[in-house]
Amino acid sequence: MAEPMLQLRDLVFEGRGHRAIDGVTLALDAGRTAILGANGAGKSVLLRLMHGLLMPSSGEVQWTGIDGRAPRLAMVFQKPVLLRRSALDNVIYGLQLSPAQRAEPAARLRERALAALARVDLAHLAQRPGRVLSGGEQQRVALARAWALEPDVLLLDEPTASLDPAAMRAVEAVILEIAAGGTSIVMTTHHRGLARRFADSVVFLDAGRVAEHTPVNEFFAQPRSGGGHAYLEGEIA
Amino acid sequence: MNLNRRVFIAGAALLAACTACGLSAQAQEKFITVASTTSTEQSGLFGYLLPIYEKKSGVKVRVVAVGTGQALDMGRRGDADVEFVHDRPAEEKFLAEGFATKRQDVMYNDFILVGPKSDPAKAQGKDILEGLKKVAAAKAPFVSSGDRSGTHAAELRYWKDAGVNLDAVRGPWYRDTGSGMGPALNTAASMDAYILADRGTWLSFKNRGNLQIVVEGDTKLFNQYGVMLVNPARHPHVKVDLGQAFIDWLVSPEGQQVIAGYKIGGQQLFFPNAKP
Amino acid sequence: MNWIAASLADAARLAFSLDPRLYAIIGLSLAVSLASVTFASIAGGLIGAAVAVGRFPGRRVLIVLLNAAMGLPPVVVGLVVYLMLSRAGPLGAAGLLFTPQAMVIAQFVLITPLIAALTRQVIEDAWREYEEQLRSLGARAWQAALTLLWDTRFSLLTVVLAGLGRAMAEVGAVMIVGGNIDGVTRVMTTTIALETSKGDLPLAVGLGVILVLIVLLLNAAAYGVREWAVRRHG
Repeated sequence: MAEPMLQLRDLVFEGRGHRAIDGVTLALDAGRTAILGANGAGKSVLLRLMHGLLMPSSGEVQWTGIDGRAPRLAMVFQKPVLLRRSALDNVIYGLQLSPAQRAEPAARLRERALAALARVDLAHLAQRPGRVLSGGEQQRVALARAWALEPDVLLLDEPTASLDPAAMRAVEAVILEIAAGGTSIVMTTHHRGLARRFADSVVFLDAGRVAEHTPVNEFFAQPRSGGGHAYLEGEIA
Repeated sequence: MNLNRRVFIAGAALLAACTACGLSAQAQEKFITVASTTSTEQSGLFGYLLPIYEKKSGVKVRVVAVGTGQALDMGRRGDADVEFVHDRPAEEKFLAEGFATKRQDVMYNDFILVGPKSDPAKAQGKDILEGLKKVAAAKAPFVSSGDRSGTHAAELRYWKDAGVNLDAVRGPWYRDTGSGMGPALNTAASMDAYILADRGTWLSFKNRGNLQIVVEGDTKLFNQYGVMLVNPARHPHVKVDLGQAFIDWLVSPEGQQVIAGYKIGGQQLFFPNAKP
Repeated sequence: MNWIAASLADAARLAFSLDPRLYAIIGLSLAVSLASVTFASIAGGLIGAAVAVGRFPGRRVLIVLLNAAMGLPPVVVGLVVYLMLSRAGPLGAAGLLFTPQAMVIAQFVLITPLIAALTRQVIEDAWREYEEQLRSLGARAWQAALTLLWDTRFSLLTVVLAGLGRAMAEVGAVMIVGGNIDGVTRVMTTTIALETSKGDLPLAVGLGVILVLIVLLLNAAAYGVREWAVRRHG
């Protein structure tokens, strides 16, 4: 059996006297993982610890190298932050910061960025200022910006939470397509339908600890933990 | 890097460059710096006299007008080529310190005591010392420019000569404004106060309100202007030739005639008295 | 209320008099202020962005200093620059005293802290919104700072205008380092001060009205640009 993609060991994160992550040990394989849990369970913090945006108070985050290099990570947030420039320039901006791509000629980066926008079905809005696009379109630009980086792992923090149903479907389609291309995805979400359709496995967090880590079908059929059971019954939100 | 940003940055750089070189273009002309007094500037004399000289000589005369005390300090620091001031004792001190080697008379005008038309202190007359004594005795409002100018220095001398010990009698009636002749006149006009002024500033002053001349014509009110070249031995960068040429012109018959020709409302403001 | 009418009449008469000396004074005011604001915007913008995004020892002290320096009395700045540029001072050899350049330097010293402090405010607010996104894309602090400077450009326009307003309205510093020399360093504010001294109050107020109108016009233009930009760029 291959080494897991990511290993977390005794991970603790404390901020402002509150233990948001309280001793997480977890091994994730490549593929599609959904992190579920109630509000305040620590989902977003855990995702940021995985990415390195936050440093753990103790414990360690260890990614397994791919072909002798660290895996490329990209992250998309619940509320996408687009720069005050065109959608296309937003994607190019990400490429210019990427150590793997910034050395390439500008024309090549532009081509890549256009291709990424086409894949999220926004090629026709490439020249529009990013910030005047609708919420769903902005989220798709953010996904294109992340996708263009050709990440090995994409971390998604509640990517559909602030969208209307139509925009949600469009974003979901993009996420599924990225996953189909072989990129591993770790996503926090409140959206059970999305998790069910999308994930291979579910990590259920309860008060900063992992209550269970189970294949998706098992979780939705018969959660092992009391917390997971209560969550699915809708007793906690 | 997108086009917008390039245009923006290029524009800002261009703007900075343009204004900077536009400003420095002015600095190429030949000029001297003259430290003079607010009273001379505000009387309008320079506005009349300098264009005539500049046209004749091709040299720009840049006048920085401050109080006589400050004007002399400018010379001490080496920030002026020529001193054109009116406080004889202070000028003698400047000479004694070695900041100039020669002082020449140029012209005079006179000081006047100005006060409200109603003259509450009954200071009207021909004698400045008597007039000031009466103002002090009546504790009538009096405004002093208090700015170490030539006029201020003269005022303090008159108080002393009149036997009025300012430190002893000083009270709310004596307003030390520390502001220069013009602002002091504005203050006096707004509060109907007495004030010692030079005639040039008074004649060109427009906001007189209720004020009029109360004492004039006393020989003690004589106000002598002198001119000095800052000593190049103390400040090597002083423009000796250009500065001396300006001084020579001021005391020449031609310059003296121009000074005599400056009038406001038909009245001559300055009386040339350079010794040939 | 006669003087108000007289002043407004004077302002109108002045503005349409086509007196080349008046336009020279207005032009010099604009040139000096624009130059100092351009330099101060570059320096103050970079300082402000660095303080907003960077984390370095002495940062808090620097913030307090910048905020305090916003209130620097112009006369004090003028005096210090005067002493520096005076022939007897450390930079005297350059012979810059009583030149427009000296006025630009004084205004630069005066305005840079203002622009830096206001820029820090703007960038810090934006940084709160952008930080995770930019860091997740791998931006270093200096890259983030430059990105934010460009992204907040429409808000920073207001900052630059505040600097320009202060520069144009300032009299104490330029009077001391410029010397108010007719035709060389006489700008609108020092002319107003001089005319006030001469008791020519209507003329002084008239010039003041023109000064206010210019500042008003610049602000209106900037406001228009900003409105347009926000509609266009979000």
